[in-house]
Amino acid sequence: MTPLTRLDDAVQPSAPPAWPSTGDPVVCLRGAAARVGGRTLWRDVDLSVAAGEFVAVLGPNGVGKSTLVKTILGLQPAAAGEVRVLGGRPGRANHRIGYLPQRRGFDATLRIRGVDVVRLGLDGDRWGIPLPGSARFARRRRAAEARVAEVIDLVGATGYAHRPIGQLSGGEQQRLLIAQALVRRPALLLLDEPLDSLDLPNQGAVAALLGHVAHAEGVSVMIVAHDVNPLLAYLDGVVYLAHGAAVTGTPDEVINGPALSRLYGSPVEVLCTSDGRLVVVGAPEPPAVHADRHADRPSGARDGSR
Amino acid sequence: MTALLGPPFLQHALLAGTAIAAAAGLVGYFLVLRAQVFTGDALSHVAFTGALAALAFGLDARVGLFAATIGIAVLMGALGRRGRADDVVIGSVFAWILGMGVFFLTLYTTTRSTANGAAGVTVLFGSIFGLSGAQAGVAAAVAVAVCLGMLLIARPLLFASVDEAVAAARGVPVRLLGYGFLVLVGACTAEATQAVGALLVLGLLAAPAGTAQRLTHRPFLALALSAGLAVAEMWAGLGLSYAIPHTPPSFAILAAAALVYAAVLVAGAVRDRRGRSRQHAVT
Repeated sequence: MTPLTRLDDAVQPSAPPAWPSTGDPVVCLRGAAARVGGRTLWRDVDLSVAAGEFVAVLGPNGVGKSTLVKTILGLQPAAAGEVRVLGGRPGRANHRIGYLPQRRGFDATLRIRGVDVVRLGLDGDRWGIPLPGSARFARRRRAAEARVAEVIDLVGATGYAHRPIGQLSGGEQQRLLIAQALVRRPALLLLDEPLDSLDLPNQGAVAALLGHVAHAEGVSVMIVAHDVNPLLAYLDGVVYLAHGAAVTGTPDEVINGPALSRLYGSPVEVLCTSDGRLVVVGAPEPPAVHADRHADRPSGARDGSR
Repeated sequence: MTALLGPPFLQHALLAGTAIAAAAGLVGYFLVLRAQVFTGDALSHVAFTGALAALAFGLDARVGLFAATIGIAVLMGALGRRGRADDVVIGSVFAWILGMGVFFLTLYTTTRSTANGAAGVTVLFGSIFGLSGAQAGVAAAVAVAVCLGMLLIARPLLFASVDEAVAAARGVPVRLLGYGFLVLVGACTAEATQAVGALLVLGLLAAPAGTAQRLTHRPFLALALSAGLAVAEMWAGLGLSYAIPHTPPSFAILAAAALVYAAVLVAGAVRDRRGRSRQHAVT
């Protein structure tokens, strides 16, 4: 994570950004901008994520967090600047990216086992059907089944992976979807609000799991989140999007009064509760950290993804 | 050997029926999975109108069947969001199309000197015992092609049905698959209309697939089971209809399908009740 604070348009950082010295960053944005429907969501965003780093993308509704994810996936072209993902143009290396889109969860009547959903992440894009029998395919099939079992064990879903996924709880479904995203051993994992709709214990457990995936498995993890608190203990870096710009840095560097006040251009305070939770107070738009995304959605403001 | 299978009309029915049932089982599994069963129902209305329009204009009924079902299936994909048309649109448009069918029926029976007065009944309720050898051969060939098409797209279609956004990010052509599937649904509906009739197509598409999904949670096993059940129910229906006088084949086939589905439902409910004594909801 490169500590780099973008202030106002008038105050351009004069020194070139200090990119990580070791190797190519997994994700690298320089002066990037995103435009959706004629409206510039953000610009001059600089960001660098190295291998094995866990980075959260924060910010209020409609600021373009999901659009940032789509830009990295190559689904949304950058309007300006340079975006490089896994050493190439975005979209070129998507087979090495695990992606978890924003979702509501599976329909309760979906009668397909969790393990099958994970398996689709491995070979679901291949034509035809898996053929039974045939010794030539047997070894490959066993290898695929072993990989699926391994990744399900990694996310701690072995106990319920063989039940229909529609009957599982939100947290259980989310673990299986993370397993699906991880099954091809991606170098980068992109998750769009995976903690949404989970209860607090599950938010903590999934955050711990993602921290483990980043730090023990060496996968770069970028997560779009509404509430940074469940993630705080595991994060290496934060991208805070607001007012068409971004502040990037470690959580301490970004989520503090002065940094967010500069970003918003008006006084913002960050309070720390007795149990270590952060609350952003005084942001012109609804409080972005620790807020319910539906109760206070401003009229007209829409999430960049829709 | 062929004598064992009975008279030629029964052999033709078995040939066409087997292939059509297998196709309906494969297509039906994905219709149920994608909650698009209503699409199959709507297309059966189109099938009725298409067949009678072709007859009214002096063409082979099958030309109208395939042109109408495949054409409207693609149109539904284009109009509907992500290939899934709105319920109200389906309801009102397809009632109107069925009305057109009645119009063409009247046109056909009153203007064509060679008109078959029972054409309406035949299209609505099927005439699988009335197939000639050539008709049965064509029907079987088309149904086999539908089966092969379904098997080719089965895995990416499953991915796209379960997890559209992830499948799209993985490079699965989600929209194209949706269209391709609708074309296969259209062709399958046209086929099944010849066997069990436009009104009863839905049973052949939905019942075996629903049964299979209740019997197993493994998707590809369920897909095979759906096709296998449909074929077995087709055979049972044809056999019953042949053995018992005054039993129309469409009735016997769909009675078999409905009976198996009901049996699986009851068995599942009993098992659930035994498994969890405190359970309230029996699905």
